[in-house]
Amino acid sequence: MKRDAPRGRQSLGERVRGLRVTLWTLIVPPTVWAMHFLFCYLWVAVSCAKLGAFPRFPIAFVAGTLAALAIILASGWIAWVQSRTPGDDPPHDEGTDIDRLRFLATATLLLAGLSFVAVLFTAAPALLLTDCR
Amino acid sequence: MSNEGDKTIGSGRQSAFTTFGTEAAWLAGLTGWMVLGAVIIALALAALMVTASRSREGALTHRQGMRLVLWAGGIVPSVVLLALLVVTLPAMRPIRAAGDDLRVTVTGEQFWWRMRYQPAGAPPVTAANELRVPVGRDVVLALEGGDVLHSFWVPGLAGKMDMVPGRTNTLVVHATRAGRFRGQCAEFCGLSHALMAFDVVAMAPAAFDAWLAAERRPVTTAAAAGARLFDAHGCGGCHAVRGTGAASAIGPDLTHLGARETMAAGIQPLTTANLVRFIREAPAVKPGARMPAYPQMSAQDATAIARWLETNR
Repeated sequence: MKRDAPRGRQSLGERVRGLRVTLWTLIVPPTVWAMHFLFCYLWVAVSCAKLGAFPRFPIAFVAGTLAALAIILASGWIAWVQSRTPGDDPPHDEGTDIDRLRFLATATLLLAGLSFVAVLFTAAPALLLTDCR
Repeated sequence: MSNEGDKTIGSGRQSAFTTFGTEAAWLAGLTGWMVLGAVIIALALAALMVTASRSREGALTHRQGMRLVLWAGGIVPSVVLLALLVVTLPAMRPIRAAGDDLRVTVTGEQFWWRMRYQPAGAPPVTAANELRVPVGRDVVLALEGGDVLHSFWVPGLAGKMDMVPGRTNTLVVHATRAGRFRGQCAEFCGLSHALMAFDVVAMAPAAFDAWLAAERRPVTTAAAAGARLFDAHGCGGCHAVRGTGAASAIGPDLTHLGARETMAAGIQPLTTANLVRFIREAPAVKPGARMPAYPQMSAQDATAIARWLETNR
């Protein structure tokens, strides 16, 4: 983000930086990935068992996948903003609040990237296989 | 190699690189591209490591380094893998079978294959240890396990699929060129698992139809001396030869055995000598097989039965 970004955006960024960061927020993206993974299996299994065929218009599936991606993106964006909190150069290994924030934020950002790709990789087979066998 | 040699396990007859089916051909092509891609990535990585080890310290800024990690370690692999996934997933989709496709129920038995051809609108024809498929037509293989787990694998035709007692797995195949190939059991199923193979003959559609019509006919040699001996020794207690009284389904159907090129589930060329040995000492040829030895049977009787079986083409 540039320095001359609109004021509203900056204040949003500042509000985001003020959010509490814990190990629980760190595992939000991989948890969403895991739940989406489970959701994929359940959706295909239930569809095949109840309908006997792969649904042609997988609205529930697309909606679930988009929701998962949106949560991961939001989590990643928050982490990205938090990771840019001004402070010393890396490594962020001091016992200070800012270093703790930036360490957790960077880790969350990387996990969000991984989880985003993972959700796409999980969704692709469900959308492209289209066969219950 | 002589003709005799061609009847045995010839090189390339059972190879995923000697393809004669659409699925196997696609897989072989994909393997080629994957190997090429892997070699390029390995060479690029080696070049990068050589460059990195020879560079002065500080040749890259921290920012440039992070960017290299992001692209070479994150974005490019993700995009390449996603592309690979998107390209390969449709190939995993089974061929859609139509209602009027030829259906062959293949049942794995210890240690042979029961083949039941079910063409649309005609009664089924039972054979064994040789799968014939018409080139250019989809064929639905209904795979079943008769006793224990087996796995149906014709590397040149398609991927392998398990044969599970109590359920039917469906594999739709599409042969693209005529020829004689080979498949074998790919799931350990007992003592003679390694001796459980079969021939696959892909034929022009007209030739296939003619073969199936011939296979459907009962034998006309029920009065031959060999046929009487076959009956007298109780072979019909397990085997069927249509056109004679023998109609049991415990062992392989031997109706047109003479038309097959191999015997004992694809492990030996079909010769009189091999047949005689198998008739008298089956457990020696195929350990664990349900067929007992017949040491009391004279060589003359066994030879007469073998010759008779060979005449039923």
